[in-house]
Amino acid sequence: MFGRDDKVSGIRLTAAQYIILAIFLVLAYGLWRLQVMESGYYASAAEKNRIRNVPILAPRGKILDREGRIIVDNYPSFSALLLRDSSRDLNADADLIAQGLHLDANEVRTRVRHFASTPQYQPIFLKEDITPDELAFIDAHRNELPELDTIMAHRRLYPRNGFMAHLIGYVGEVTEDMLNQPQFEFYSPGDVVGVSGVERQYNTALMGTNGARRAVVNSHGREVGLLGETAAIPGKQLKLTLDIDLQIAAEEALEGKNGAIVAMDPRTGEILAMVSRPTFDPNDFSVRVSRDEWNKLVTDPDKPLLNKAIQAQLAPGSTFKIIMSVAGWQEGIAQTLHVNCTGSAEFYGRRFGCWVKGGHGAVSLEKAIYQSCDVFFYTLAEKLGIDRIAKYATALGLGQKTGIDLPNEVSGVMPSEEWKIRNFKQKWFAGETISVGIGQGAVAITPVQLMRAVAAISMGGRLVVPHVVDPEGLPKGYVEASHVTETKNVPIDPNGWNFITDAMARVLLPEGTAPSAHVPGIDIAGKTGSAQIVSLATRAKFKNSEALAQNGWFVGFTPRRNPDIIVCVLFEGGEHGKLAARLATQVLKAYVDKQRRTPNKMAGEPKSGGRVDVGALWTTPDGDGDKLQGGRFLVELPKKPAAVATAAPGIASTEYLVQSTGKVQ
Amino acid sequence: MSRYVSFRDFDWLLLGFVLMICGLGVMEIRSATMHTKFAGSHIRQVYWIFGGVGAMFVISAVNYQALLDRIHWFYIAAVASLMAVLVFGQKYLGARRWIKMPGGNHFQPSEWVKLILILAVAKYFADLRHRELSWPDFLKAGAIVGIPMLMVLAQPDLGTALTYVPVAVMGVFLGGMQWKQALVVVLLAAMAVGAVFFTPRVHVLKSYQKQRLTSFLEPEADPQGSGYQVEQSKIAVGSGGLWGGKGSQTHGAFLPVPQTDFIFAAFAEEHGFVGALGVLLLYFVVLMRLTQNAQTAPDRAGTFVVMGVVAVLSFHILVNVGMVVGFMPVTGIPLPLMSYGGSSVLFMFLALGMVMNVRMRRFVN
Repeated sequence: MFGRDDKVSGIRLTAAQYIILAIFLVLAYGLWRLQVMESGYYASAAEKNRIRNVPILAPRGKILDREGRIIVDNYPSFSALLLRDSSRDLNADADLIAQGLHLDANEVRTRVRHFASTPQYQPIFLKEDITPDELAFIDAHRNELPELDTIMAHRRLYPRNGFMAHLIGYVGEVTEDMLNQPQFEFYSPGDVVGVSGVERQYNTALMGTNGARRAVVNSHGREVGLLGETAAIPGKQLKLTLDIDLQIAAEEALEGKNGAIVAMDPRTGEILAMVSRPTFDPNDFSVRVSRDEWNKLVTDPDKPLLNKAIQAQLAPGSTFKIIMSVAGWQEGIAQTLHVNCTGSAEFYGRRFGCWVKGGHGAVSLEKAIYQSCDVFFYTLAEKLGIDRIAKYATALGLGQKTGIDLPNEVSGVMPSEEWKIRNFKQKWFAGETISVGIGQGAVAITPVQLMRAVAAISMGGRLVVPHVVDPEGLPKGYVEASHVTETKNVPIDPNGWNFITDAMARVLLPEGTAPSAHVPGIDIAGKTGSAQIVSLATRAKFKNSEALAQNGWFVGFTPRRNPDIIVCVLFEGGEHGKLAARLATQVLKAYVDKQRRTPNKMAGEPKSGGRVDVGALWTTPDGDGDKLQGGRFLVELPKKPAAVATAAPGIASTEYLVQSTGKVQ
Repeated sequence: MSRYVSFRDFDWLLLGFVLMICGLGVMEIRSATMHTKFAGSHIRQVYWIFGGVGAMFVISAVNYQALLDRIHWFYIAAVASLMAVLVFGQKYLGARRWIKMPGGNHFQPSEWVKLILILAVAKYFADLRHRELSWPDFLKAGAIVGIPMLMVLAQPDLGTALTYVPVAVMGVFLGGMQWKQALVVVLLAAMAVGAVFFTPRVHVLKSYQKQRLTSFLEPEADPQGSGYQVEQSKIAVGSGGLWGGKGSQTHGAFLPVPQTDFIFAAFAEEHGFVGALGVLLLYFVVLMRLTQNAQTAPDRAGTFVVMGVVAVLSFHILVNVGMVVGFMPVTGIPLPLMSYGGSSVLFMFLALGMVMNVRMRRFVN
């Protein structure tokens, strides 16, 4: 019924076939381009999609005390993650998630929205350091909430209540500022680094190296396979020179007060205890410190974040008289100086008072030290002049950083004529020297500086570098610790320091300034100090306000010859040095008590050469007759090939060379 | 006139090629869903294929000329069903495309509307005897396709609406379109596209549709946004290389919906250029075989019916494979015969049934 005209145009049907052929050629070209020409690029893109390098976090090294007791440890801490599984409606689940993790549901939704533009395979951190019940919630809802996951990280567990907080410091996430500094160039964002204290100073040793796991993941970031892994190298353990027992005694002594206590082995520079008060709890910082908390710490007038042992620059008060005595002795002035103290004296037209209003009467060097006579030291200062004082004080390390292995140590000030001109473009007035004589005026030192200087005097001029980390346990070539074993010798006449330390030993006796701090059976030599913050006249105007109370100082060591511990106390607002002295003797007593409990460490064969510390008891043939005397000796061992060894100059011995002796009742 | 219709004239060769493609599809669906919550989809796909083949035999037995005579009723029914979707349809992911049927199945009318459009267009052009189309013919043909197309767009389902276009295009092309008409249509289409894209106040396209289309132009710029799918698809295809690979894009779920819209990418990743080209060749053979059937059709209407099917199938392949290799935007158009999905499979076999229907009656005159 239809003719040929009714057929559809054959040409157009053929054209349709060619169009289809063209379409297929284009598609085939598309395949060719992707699969043959650029297949290498896409193959590597697929690998990149599939393989993820997941860091294995290296735990930070533990921090131990000198006896290997753990001070800072790590604990496993879990963080809650949100995987963005496309099959889940995160907004709908937000309520349940928020409830389980004790978050605000809207906050969860905001976070999801906030991270919407970041790659889907990157999980969102919901909450750090979750509690065990929150962890249990996640485990229990593996099926209902498959998008919830956890990640484990090691976190620092610090002693509680701020114990040793300033010395240890704390850790935090590396900041952008730090990353721009050259010493942090190998760190990546998110790394946890030490922010203060030992944690910062020895960060590279403590930190360890993160490992990595090459994991196969799917598009939701879930691991579906493992290709290989390099284990994390944990951080090195750090052994401190500190003694927890002594630290506890020092912490207890300063409890409820402001100031600092630092104890050191004067022979080596090993810090045995270091306390600064008020303190803070570094555990608050190990996760994330809240803004309020931080503001409170920063604005507190008592500066809880400051390590006052190395960062407080204050007038040393009468403790400076020891340095004065050394300077006076070395210059040949002090041993012959006799002063009649009438309670005050006039220098350069101005009246300077002694702390004992009635005066000390006739005073020589020994009495001037244990009675702390101001007039004597005014006179001595006048005779020495500022530059001769500065010469010895500087040689003993005042006004300079001690080089202690802690960050942000301050240098303090030891004035001199040159210092005045350099900083004030003014000539030094001779009148200013008088105040310096009793540790007032422009002198400002840190507790650790003062302790180091007095330690040097007690050790016959051997100036050590204080340090808190045992350099033996450190990785080889560790820069920060290399200098801690360096010592300097300040030449001091042995008669001088024997005389001065003997005088210091009387400070705690009934005739001294701190008899109430006396501990029977322990031979303590020390010096008190009370330093004004403002002049006494100004203070009277403010009706003896608490905030302007004098700082009490005490620096003391035991035994008086070849001491093995020296303690320096700064008691802010402590009014009088004898109160500081009581705190110091608590620490010294704790040390001595412990030493007497512990068996002598002399066991084992002494090495060839070097010095050995031995104790002995004997009766003296002269004078007091049957009186038992005891003391300690530093014995120079003969080097194996050599027959006779050399020892300290001026002292001879047949077989062993005895360097020094000390006496106890 | 004696009408002798026998299944001996059924295009068994065509069916063979089609089933080969389906087999590859089932294999790939199995591989792509193996460890996902869609595991077992390939079994369901096999059931749909069996159902489709059955439906194909049924529809091939009904004389297509009888169907064409009643096409206006079917057309009205089609428009009514689209209306029903807009009113009663199930809303899912922001679009109403499905009607919930008793028994829990979801029915998507826009698929079988396509089939009715093929028949309606065939009927319309078969009845036009003139060799050259006039403008009113042209507009009437446009309206036949345009009305249901706008209704599908309103669902909104841009992808399916677009698949109606080739039916009309093939119709007017074979119906005797003149060059100047083609020129005017192309110009108008270009202006419409321009208006949609560059006028912010025109809300013909939903913002996700616009985004899909724009992100296609530069997928690398925004790998996690809507360009993500295109980029992942290209990575899947490209990493397949010449001989195919381990399929980490597919099995790591980087490739979106690897069992439906992106099944060709999954296949290309696992079987490489050689495998993918083989599949394209199979489709090409099927299309050429269909065109041959169109040429041997007993009448104008038969040719138009078969070529309508060719147009829809070619368009699906162009848009789907084009999307997979990054030539085309993501529109959600499945690859016929391979992609998982009952509606799509059923439509293809019903369309093939119409082709068989025409072929079996080629010697009838």
